[in-house]
Amino acid sequence: MGNMIMFTILAAVIVISALLCVTTKRIMRAATYMLFVLLGVSGIYFLLDYTFLGAAQIAVYAGGVTMILVFAIQLVSKRSLQGMEERVKASKMITGALAALAGLVVVSLILLKTGFITQEISNTELPMKEIGMSLVGSGKYQYVLPFEFISVFLLACIIGGLVIARKEEKQ
Amino acid sequence: MIPIECYFVLSALLFFIGVYGFVTRRNLIAMLISVELVLNAVDINFAAINRLLYPDGMEGMFMTLFVIGVAAAESAVAIAIIINVYRNFRSDSVDSIKNMKW
Repeated sequence: MGNMIMFTILAAVIVISALLCVTTKRIMRAATYMLFVLLGVSGIYFLLDYTFLGAAQIAVYAGGVTMILVFAIQLVSKRSLQGMEERVKASKMITGALAALAGLVVVSLILLKTGFITQEISNTELPMKEIGMSLVGSGKYQYVLPFEFISVFLLACIIGGLVIARKEEKQ
Repeated sequence: MIPIECYFVLSALLFFIGVYGFVTRRNLIAMLISVELVLNAVDINFAAINRLLYPDGMEGMFMTLFVIGVAAAESAVAIAIIINVYRNFRSDSVDSIKNMKW
């Protein structure tokens, strides 16, 4: 019962913040509402007893990505982004809303029609030791290879970001 | 106990709100924010399916972890590109990048 109440609150926060995020005219407010969505999603992870996942979500997403976005908004321009009012054409808005609604209806109908067999889970969180062992283990159902791929990928992204964002030298 | 359909409906809602934002917005950073919403919807699905349908495995959890890492890297590179676009075109709307239309 308590879980259900928490889920309802989190779902309301997520959906309302997401709606405000895509409909608000100011870009800075959109970034702030996105922060609320991210915190709500991490709450969902805590509700599912994935504590490590929720912590990673807060640290990486709410801490890192939002910070990068805010810095970019502040960096890009005085006139165009800070306090910018973005005008969206009504026809485009209606088209987008119709497309999104159609997709939502189809997906929801399929999901609700399918009978899922859920197992009763005890409210115990995954032990951290188990997560760590299978994250860097190389056996079956262990994930050292994607882990290393991610590290190489992050390195490539750092180098790529530096190369793209650096100032061109004047000839 | 929360039925798993609740999680699915929540993530479907979040996903299509993100799609709506991606379709309607014309600002590069706003589009990036919409993509983050979509990624979060997928993450909720992974975690919920893993926890409620297959509680013994950990595939969904690790997939979500990797998606979080990849999304962080992706948004950093995208921000670098956006700053560069702004520097070259003095504008941050997608319509300003005419060179890539050819």
